[in-house]
Amino acid sequence: MIMWAILSILVENKPGILFKVTHLFRSRNFNIDSISVGVTENPEYSRMTITTVGDEKQVDQIVKQLDKMIDTVEVRRLDEHKTVYRELCIFKIRLSNASDSMEVNKLANAYGGKVHDVKKDSIMVELTATPDQIRAFEELARQFGIIDVARTGVAALQRSGA
Amino acid sequence: MQSMTGAKALMTAMEKEGVKEVFGLPGGANLPMYDEFARCDIRHILVRHEQSAAHMADGFGRVSRKPGVCFATSGPGATNILTGIATAQADSAPMVAVTGQVPVPMIGRDAFQESDIIGMANPVVKYAYQPRDAAEIPEVVKKGFFIAETGRPGPVLIDIPKDVQTNEAEMSFPNEFKIRGYHPWTDPDMVNVQKAIEMLLHAQRPIILAGGGTIISSAFAELQAVAELLMIPVVTTFKGKGAFPENHPLSLGPIGMHGHAEANKIMTEADCVLAIGTRFSDRSVGTFEDFESRLKIIHMDVDPAEIGKNQTTMVAVVGDVRASLRIMVKMLMQRAIKKTDETVWIKHVKEIKAYWKENLKIHPGEMGAAKILRKLREILPHESIITTEVGQHQMWASLFYDVIQPGTFFSSTGLGTMGWGFPASIGAKVAKPDVPVVDIAGDGSFNMTENSLATAVLEDIPVIVFLLNNFTLGMVAQWQRTFYDRRMIGVDQGRCPDYVKLAESYGAQGIRAESMDELERAIKTALSSDVATVIDIPIDPEEDVLPFVAPGTPLKDMILPS
Ligand SMILES: Cc1ncc(C[n+]2csc(CCOP(=O)(O)OP(=O)(O)O)c2C)c(N)n1
Repeated sequence: MIMWAILSILVENKPGILFKVTHLFRSRNFNIDSISVGVTENPEYSRMTITTVGDEKQVDQIVKQLDKMIDTVEVRRLDEHKTVYRELCIFKIRLSNASDSMEVNKLANAYGGKVHDVKKDSIMVELTATPDQIRAFEELARQFGIIDVARTGVAALQRSGA
Repeated sequence: MQSMTGAKALMTAMEKEGVKEVFGLPGGANLPMYDEFARCDIRHILVRHEQSAAHMADGFGRVSRKPGVCFATSGPGATNILTGIATAQADSAPMVAVTGQVPVPMIGRDAFQESDIIGMANPVVKYAYQPRDAAEIPEVVKKGFFIAETGRPGPVLIDIPKDVQTNEAEMSFPNEFKIRGYHPWTDPDMVNVQKAIEMLLHAQRPIILAGGGTIISSAFAELQAVAELLMIPVVTTFKGKGAFPENHPLSLGPIGMHGHAEANKIMTEADCVLAIGTRFSDRSVGTFEDFESRLKIIHMDVDPAEIGKNQTTMVAVVGDVRASLRIMVKMLMQRAIKKTDETVWIKHVKEIKAYWKENLKIHPGEMGAAKILRKLREILPHESIITTEVGQHQMWASLFYDVIQPGTFFSSTGLGTMGWGFPASIGAKVAKPDVPVVDIAGDGSFNMTENSLATAVLEDIPVIVFLLNNFTLGMVAQWQRTFYDRRMIGVDQGRCPDYVKLAESYGAQGIRAESMDELERAIKTALSSDVATVIDIPIDPEEDVLPFVAPGTPLKDMILPS
């Protein structure tokens, strides 16, 4: 069964490691859906969050191969029900009619988004949500016309006690 | 703390690791390191191509189980060793490759002889370092050797910019170090060893499949003890050839594409396999589905990522296979398990073995491959080390040269690198100067690194090249005969060169053997000579290697000689 998996990878904060991790995915024929990287509270480490799809066996292999890498300090597959995970996304949306601006504002509000850069024929919406919610928003925003999208990739942390 | 240059620190740190020989070739970007040879006790062995330096280090590493070391300059020197590094990685051989690099301020400017060797080598090394500060060198060397030789061994690259070689720094040579993300050792897994024993005891038709990991961890005595206590027949992968004495009554030899008929047959009938230190390569198993679907698989391996990669296993024992087998032996002894009675299975195994010993058809001519290799076996002392090239001769060696002393047979099995065997034999001879070392070669492969004759002669490393000369790229020709309706394209090598003259032109000994008598004399002469020898043995270019399991088909469909 093909599934979606969130991997949380603690790596040494050294140059070249992002390259090695992404190279591993390529050379082993695995997919990267999204990736986000940032230094942790301890500057010696960075945390990468990678989302991927594959069957149980493939995901298991990805985790093992990542674990085998000497630069990875800890590799975890997160259970999405026990995890806080979010992605930040910025949409540039077309405004064609006079009423569009208000409609987009309403939609953004419904998803807890913020609007920026309001122009005569376009508007930007910033959204921090789960990939599912972002997809749903995107569906609805399509009626106005989406000019551009930028996404950060998922960041995730396991809930305490989970 | 002592003040010294990075180059000096490199040599000092390598001396501390016990390095006595380095295989290499100099150039602009590694001259500061080369200059240090004048001031240390490490012997430099000059090669004629950096690829050969890497193969020599690889051969040295496999035989001594300590990393072999090769040196190359930046740019083309570094790219030339890539094939050698990839070969070592594919066969888990310990190696440390040291390359020169352009000075730090030049990196990224497409400087003369700059190549991003760290980027290029990444997928084929176990680890790579590029120290940017001379003071890092002692620790980088210490960690590099540790990574190369522990756990599942492999090649480590150390790429040193020229200014880092020449800069002075206060050096300390640490004995302690920490690599947070590297855990080569795990505690032996008693619970799963116990489970494995139960499964083997309950199986009707158990078999042991010993892979290369058995040889890497020298688990020879433990393997033999388990096989004998449980009375289980032993097959090997090609890389595991010689993990178990091939003259032992329970030995069936290698399985796979060119496995022994009896090994493939019995492997096909088994119901439970204890697989030791193997990745279940496609060349060994035929098809992944076949094994999984009919066998209960117990998998022992030092590398957790191998578990479940190619085969779904029922019991997995992660850890050094020698340690795991040792526990298995202990548990069997405690329970006083010692099977002696001839089970139906063992009787059947012996019958099949006897049948194929009698009935395998071989080339009828006097100089058929089987006869030639059996003759070599007959004359060579058991402790002799064999390396091979890649092709038909390699598979004939697997079929007809029985390894009696475990751990004396080495080949490029994972990458299948033509040209590996000869330089690897030189490395092996450097590691073990007192035993005969023979490269079983084909003409095509030998052509790729034959200039290593210069190294063998000038550095006084008397190895023997046992050249099964069919004047063609024989293995490819066999595939063209079998799968491409005899359209022979790009395989005829002509009668070029004359290998006796070639050997002589390098100052080596060249002997042509065209009959069994001549062959016997040639082998004996080579063994008693103190100079490298090429024995040129012309053979039939049309001889096929059989049995043959076509790629992507199960072992049971092996093609037999008709
Ligand atoms: C570097 C490299 N190039 C190409 C091949 C493909 N290949 C496999 S076997 C073979 C022929 C080897 O010829 P030879 O060494 O003469 O051995 P023979 O098969 O004739 O015994 C070739 C070309 C290879 N394994 N390695």
